[in-house]
Amino acid sequence: MLPDGAGPIRSGSGFFPMPTAIIPALLRKLTAGRERVAVKGGTVREIVADLERQFPGLANHLLDAGEIKPSIAISIDGEIVPGGVLEPVGENSEVHFLPALSGGA
Amino acid sequence: MSRKTLVDAIVNGEPTEFLCEPRQSLLECLRDVLELTGSKEGCLTGDCGACTVMIDGRAVCSCLVFGPEVQGKRITTVEGLADATRLHALQQQFLEHASLQCGICTPGFLMSAKALLERNPNPTEPEIRYALAGNLCRCTGYDKIVRAVTDAAKTLREEGHDRAAARS
Amino acid sequence: MAAATNNGHFKVIGTRPIRHDGIDKVMGRAKYGADYAFPGMLHGKLLRSPHAHARIKSINLTKALALPGVKAIITGKDLPKAENKLEQSGEMTVNPYYLSMNILAHDKVLYDGHAIAAVAATNPHIAEEAVRLIEVEYEVLPPVMTVDAAMKPGAPILLHDLRNKEEGNKETNVAQHHQFKRGDIEAGFKSADFIIEREFNTAMVHQGYIEPHNAVGIYNTDGQATIYCSTQGAFDVRSLSAQVLGIAVGKIKVVPAEIGGGFGGKTTIYLEPLSVLLSKMTGAPVKLVMTRGEVLRATGPTSGSKIKVKMGATKDGTIVAAQVWMAYEAGAYPGSPVGAGAMCIIAPYTIENLQIDGYDVVVNRPKTAAYRAPGATNAAFASETIIDELADKCGMDPLDFRLKNGVKEGSAQVVGPPFKRIGFVETCEAIKNSEHYKSKLTGKNRGRGVATGFWFNAGMQSSATVNIHTDGTASVVTGSTDIGGSRAAMAMITAEVLGLPVTDVRPLVADTDSIGHTDVTGGSRVTFATGMAVYEAAQDAIKQLTERAAKVWEIKPDQIEFRDGAFHSKAGDKPPMAIKELAKRLARTGGPITGRASVNARGVGPGFAATLVDVEVDPDTAKVKLLRCTIAQDAGRAIHPSYVEGQMQGGTAQGLGWALNEEYFYDDKGTLRNTGLLDYRMPTCLDLPMIETIIVEVPNPGHPLGVRGVGEVSIVPPPAAVANAIFHAVGIRMMETPMSPPKLMKEMLKKRAAENAQSAAAD
Repeated sequence: MLPDGAGPIRSGSGFFPMPTAIIPALLRKLTAGRERVAVKGGTVREIVADLERQFPGLANHLLDAGEIKPSIAISIDGEIVPGGVLEPVGENSEVHFLPALSGGA
Repeated sequence: MSRKTLVDAIVNGEPTEFLCEPRQSLLECLRDVLELTGSKEGCLTGDCGACTVMIDGRAVCSCLVFGPEVQGKRITTVEGLADATRLHALQQQFLEHASLQCGICTPGFLMSAKALLERNPNPTEPEIRYALAGNLCRCTGYDKIVRAVTDAAKTLREEGHDRAAARS
Repeated sequence: MAAATNNGHFKVIGTRPIRHDGIDKVMGRAKYGADYAFPGMLHGKLLRSPHAHARIKSINLTKALALPGVKAIITGKDLPKAENKLEQSGEMTVNPYYLSMNILAHDKVLYDGHAIAAVAATNPHIAEEAVRLIEVEYEVLPPVMTVDAAMKPGAPILLHDLRNKEEGNKETNVAQHHQFKRGDIEAGFKSADFIIEREFNTAMVHQGYIEPHNAVGIYNTDGQATIYCSTQGAFDVRSLSAQVLGIAVGKIKVVPAEIGGGFGGKTTIYLEPLSVLLSKMTGAPVKLVMTRGEVLRATGPTSGSKIKVKMGATKDGTIVAAQVWMAYEAGAYPGSPVGAGAMCIIAPYTIENLQIDGYDVVVNRPKTAAYRAPGATNAAFASETIIDELADKCGMDPLDFRLKNGVKEGSAQVVGPPFKRIGFVETCEAIKNSEHYKSKLTGKNRGRGVATGFWFNAGMQSSATVNIHTDGTASVVTGSTDIGGSRAAMAMITAEVLGLPVTDVRPLVADTDSIGHTDVTGGSRVTFATGMAVYEAAQDAIKQLTERAAKVWEIKPDQIEFRDGAFHSKAGDKPPMAIKELAKRLARTGGPITGRASVNARGVGPGFAATLVDVEVDPDTAKVKLLRCTIAQDAGRAIHPSYVEGQMQGGTAQGLGWALNEEYFYDDKGTLRNTGLLDYRMPTCLDLPMIETIIVEVPNPGHPLGVRGVGEVSIVPPPAAVANAIFHAVGIRMMETPMSPPKLMKEMLKKRAAENAQSAAAD
């Protein structure tokens, strides 16, 4: 069985691969507890817009004035990516929203 | 503010006169008056050793000495360690062993190590560690510093033998 | 010491040349921030709060301003009001509003040592006298010193604009809550044969760089400012100072001086904007240098923390569930590394069922700053101690237990995404196969402990230029502060690509006007990301040089191949042309050549370390003596093995100090009582053994040379390794750092009393 909402999903004409957004634990109250959500879009901006369409109010926690909040880092397929909302997302990609880091040595 | 005093000392082999206020430390005199900024300020309480210089052959924290106290003394700072054409063996070994990372503690370590090797040309590892315990390094974990001092001692002993052999 | 690493087909990478900036440093010529002096320069000093928590009722500067030699005094009122908003600055997030208040208190002081006013005078002694003449009236408030006190209902509130949005916008000291969850922890614990649950406390500790913070600010009448300072990130100093001062980024130039250590602590600003503002008011250059007491009281240490861990395993040694609650002291303003701590705490293990909750809590202590793998060391102290206990319960070797549960390529990270190629297994195996691990430790009160650590490492932005000189030598210019030998690594990468001897490449760290934007030296990113920019810039130079060789030979560039420092025609019909030869002809073939590259680096490869220590506990004094220590760490690729070892040894030494001695000691009024290096006890030469190193090289597929970055992860395992060694020496599980004689003695006496009571009962 596929995890909750993970792509590929059935659409009118058959199976289409779709990216999966992984919802941060504390925001799952907005997604009825769902961790993995299949989303439409080829960029982070489009994915967040689709999340907002599916779960109104969610984008507010991710965006600030149209940009990804500085407190959030985007990870696509296991790699932190620097492109913010402009970052391209592959059709089978997994997108995570992580706390941004501070570091130093 | 009090009047300045004229101090006469030998600094790195050169007879040197400088003016200082009684409240100024030797470290401040070296750095701000004589522009010898190789000696570093890390704590001003004699705990870190970054300001170590030699006064009449002894390693001393220059932050704990007042400027006027060095009247008539012989002072060696890190700037006086190398000769015109060659680094001191300690300096060379610190480079070879990568014994410095940020380098701020290095002048103090070099001076403490020089004082050690002048009184004990063949120190054991515990003797080196004991002699350098007044110098703090936060970058290296001391491993490469101890190795450099060990090898510098060896080089200096060998050079000493060579010189002795050349004389005989 | 480890042998040289296998440098395969490389000629320069993997060798150990003398660093290019070395001679200046051993001769005392290198210029650190405090070494700068300018004609007419004034000296500044700061007035700092003696109270941990107080409202400032009034500040009277009259007497101080009347002192001859005093030229200007500024207070929080002189800084423009900054916006209360999180912003990205390099790898850090910064709130300029809090940053400004931390630099000079506005209406409230929030920790012992909080800056209140800055004086500029003709010499530092006069400035100090003037500071004593400033009169401040305080309304003293109750200090909140621990996460427990700060999270208690009804706790005094530090920041009245900090609100809990989840609970009716109430005032709170909890700035943020992070949560990571996967699987079903209840079911997980149900399936466990062994469950260990413990609570850990770690003390606030300081980075302890030997060079205090410094800045010289010069403000010109045309509105242009220059700052000379020792910083890990010149571009961050520029952008943060611009925000705090309310002036344009482009009006500030930052010249990075040599830096005397940072370890994360010099990634933010304290003195820099004050030096500029005082210079603006006086028309003279103004120099500010902190004392050691100021460094300890008022610059960012890293968080003390309370961490509760519950972990379960089945008999066969599989970890089946983990639950973690962690609260980190942020200091006076939000921003502890608890998020990173939460993502690191069980990062080396695949655990199906987990829940991690992390809380960022403000307390009346200095605002924390990054410290080497921020957040990870506290976390590993807790989790790696429990792992040791679980291995014991399962009757397994502690390294075998770790290997059984260890993450590999494809394993899910705590936060979900799978790891790419990583070297956790190889790192553990390196320790397992070491002579040290195979040796027997004998003797009373002696024990051996092992622990591992994880750190993400970082990418971010870097720029580099490679200039080809007229004699065919080169210079490589970057914007990355060299804090531990990175200039040598940059020169080596350049030399490798250009086929030159490393002595023919001069590396340089440039100011903010002379190189493209470069993020902070931190996150173990310089050799990785700046190294990537340097690699690409050198390749760019080769590409341009190839075009020139084509012009000279009157053939097409694609008919030319570059190898071993020379251009070869693929047809083999021309004698090879060395770079040195071609360099002479640049003027007549189109002019000088500069290779350029800027990256926002992708392909970050996480790092792992494993540390093995042998200790002996003195039964009478509870002093822990370190007998032997070995660290294995995955570097991906070691560019200059000596400096890789240096990072491993240095981080280990800091971790050992954290384990055994170092702590911020506050009294009940919230006053820091150990403000000097005699009482804030960092390891000396006498406290440490040689630190043996094993460089593991599992190349990072995301980097052209396989580099991961090595600056941080070595600090992570030592406190847990020492705690585990103490347990194996005397049978006591220490759950508090530092494991200093008073703390360990208390536990040893308790254990002896219990044993005596038991034997009395048996009699």
